[in-house]
Amino acid sequence: MTAPCCPPGEVIVPAGDVDLDHYLTPVGEGLAHIDLAVDGMHCAACIRTVESGLAALPGVVRARVNFTLHRVGVDVEAAVDPATLLGKLAELGYPARPYEAKTVEAATERELKQLLRALAVAGFAAMNIMLLSVSVWAGNASDITSETRDFFHWFSALIALPAAAYAGQPFFRSAFAALRARRLNMDVPISLGVSLALGVSLYETAIHAHDTYFDSAIMLLFFLLAGRVLDLVARRKTRALAGNLAALRADTAERIGDDGRTHTVPAAALAIGDRILVRPGDRVAVDGRVIAGASHVDQSLVTGETVPSAVAAGDTVYAGALNQGGTLTLEVAAAEGGSLIDEVERLLDKASQARSQRLRLADRAAALYAPMVHLTAAVAAIGWLVAGAGIHQAILVATAVLIITCPCALALAIPAVQVAAAGALFRKGIFLNAGDAIERLAEADTIVFDKTGTLTRPEPGIVNEAAIPPRLLAAAARLALSSHHPLAGALVARARGEAPFDNVVEQPGEGLRAIVDGVEARLGSPAFCGIAAAADDGPGTHLAFRHGEETALMEIRQVLRPDAAAAVAGLRRRGFDCRIISGDREAAVATAAAAVGISDFAAAQTPADKIARLEALAAEGRRVAMVGDGLNDAPALAAAHVSLSPISAVDLAQSHADAIFLGDRLMPVVEAVDVCRRGRRLMTQNLWFAAVYNTLAVPLAVFGIVTPLIAALAMSASSLTVTLNALRALAPMAAARPHNRIDAHEPVPA
Amino acid sequence: MNVLVYLVPLAVMLGLVGLLAFLWSLQTGQYNDLDGAAMRVLDDSDIEDAAPPARARSATRHKRRLI
Repeated sequence: MTAPCCPPGEVIVPAGDVDLDHYLTPVGEGLAHIDLAVDGMHCAACIRTVESGLAALPGVVRARVNFTLHRVGVDVEAAVDPATLLGKLAELGYPARPYEAKTVEAATERELKQLLRALAVAGFAAMNIMLLSVSVWAGNASDITSETRDFFHWFSALIALPAAAYAGQPFFRSAFAALRARRLNMDVPISLGVSLALGVSLYETAIHAHDTYFDSAIMLLFFLLAGRVLDLVARRKTRALAGNLAALRADTAERIGDDGRTHTVPAAALAIGDRILVRPGDRVAVDGRVIAGASHVDQSLVTGETVPSAVAAGDTVYAGALNQGGTLTLEVAAAEGGSLIDEVERLLDKASQARSQRLRLADRAAALYAPMVHLTAAVAAIGWLVAGAGIHQAILVATAVLIITCPCALALAIPAVQVAAAGALFRKGIFLNAGDAIERLAEADTIVFDKTGTLTRPEPGIVNEAAIPPRLLAAAARLALSSHHPLAGALVARARGEAPFDNVVEQPGEGLRAIVDGVEARLGSPAFCGIAAAADDGPGTHLAFRHGEETALMEIRQVLRPDAAAAVAGLRRRGFDCRIISGDREAAVATAAAAVGISDFAAAQTPADKIARLEALAAEGRRVAMVGDGLNDAPALAAAHVSLSPISAVDLAQSHADAIFLGDRLMPVVEAVDVCRRGRRLMTQNLWFAAVYNTLAVPLAVFGIVTPLIAALAMSASSLTVTLNALRALAPMAAARPHNRIDAHEPVPA
Repeated sequence: MNVLVYLVPLAVMLGLVGLLAFLWSLQTGQYNDLDGAAMRVLDDSDIEDAAPPARARSATRHKRRLI
């Protein structure tokens, strides 16, 4: 059958023969498993096409799509080359890349399974105990015999005790760890409340009492576990899809074997000491030292500097640098000796330590809440003792206080909003790395942009377009189709759909030439085309074109993202103080700052300078949001109150950013602020609701009016209310344009 | 009321069967791809071989309309 919603996309031929054996994991009996991140699956027919397409290949034993995570797991005979799988998928119109599961993701997966098991056990126990409890409540009001009641209570105990021992583990472990560190967290009153309720209930059962709290204790665990599961589910999905995007743009390198021949391998397969070849126009995939060749490289992704720098044997080149000159031979090196990398690493350590001391909203609430709960329970018990009640009565009251104040609503109040808001952000193409990023972004009042790759597009564009005759520009663009040099990329977009010229000759490091209309046309460096360039800007910033006697000199620079000025204006309207802190030269930064309307900028900043500036802003009492993409921004991203990165950022920057946004636009930053502020409002509402609920319920508990029935009702009602309120974070999104296509190709090259 | 002595445990046993079924389904990865499951149910390419029954069904519907 044909795909109703997905006509075969444009056929993308995989680049070269990449040796992908690195990604195969043997699964025994001559079989191997490989996970592929697949782009562009949108419907049931896509699943079918991908699975049957792969299964039809020789040597493929099984192919199973995971649509939620946009991946396909394939079992193949060990002799099969994974490249054939990618080739087949590309032919079907689904670009794919091998995916290597990260350890963090595997750990999240394990934790989620464990929590779900605990939730299932708690849910089973809660339902069955409630069945027995309701019978007892009804019987107490009518004519239950004490034997029947005792039987029901003992049976409840039989279910509740093992269930609590299993399902309560996440809380008991965390409470124990907190107590050992001499701290109080939310899990301490939870653990205390649950164990006390179970203990008291067991005693009540033994003395043939009318009421027990088995149902409350287990229901408490159920609601709290639901909160944790929600929290984890949201993080898991965004993390997995962000991982896919990283895999889809994974780098490859040409490794030089012992025999002197080159093999294309994924960057992940490179080891220290390997030698790699970097051709003109290639991006350097790993950090390394130049052992042969000379060139100039564009390190804008690394340092923010837009003017290419010259490198020769002995120099260090960083991952992300773009080779614009001649061919280089690198030796893969660990990040030692590289002064920039060393400094970045050191600054990152320091910044990450500072960040871990930051308190989340939930923890702040817990720090206030936990001692208060304990104090109230103790005061209530002592009060009843002083008033002449027995120890038994006093402990019953203290238990009731602990149960009724147990932070069900509080435990759901924040995760439920986080899940809803993360979902809303996800549909706008923004992935959260950290759950508490929502509240932190909502608090931010100052926003600091990096210039290169953040305010500007990741790829350079032509600045002086107006000065060039359109006819020449079109011919140059058509000639550029035959080159994969990054500067040519700025032109290629203009020639979509046209056929390249015949017999184009590429002279590495210089340019292209071809015979067009009987006259030689050249595209490349100004010298290659015989044009005198303005030399003041260094190499690699001009692209020249000559067709016969006609010439054009194109100035290639970073161009602003199309909506940069609008986004900055939008942030201003929302009360942000916008600034630029860049590693680039003063003149370049000043131009960009003027174009987007920011007056407060700092240029030529080292990573340490950037942190110092952020700390100075923080010392003024500001909460700074940092938006950056370069290696040199990574420490600043980690040090800022909250941080965002575009998807084109280097890995190190992405892993330290709180959120990653897709696409060519800067508007997602503004949208993220809106969603986060609404989320934060809902969190505060929920916390206030929990507080009001407690002020109403606690007096009841203290004066001994709370029966197990009231406790059960109050707990369920408050938990449901905060969850429903949290769902409002999704509501306004319904009107907005649905944007659930996660397309890795969205960042259109300029 | 003696009947409760074995009816209540029986009821809980049934619940336990449900719990075990859930744990089994979790362990075998039934919840790994919830969005995919929602899509796969729409994929009817697996009943293309069973074309005759489909025709028969439409025939009866046609007949019913005539009556």
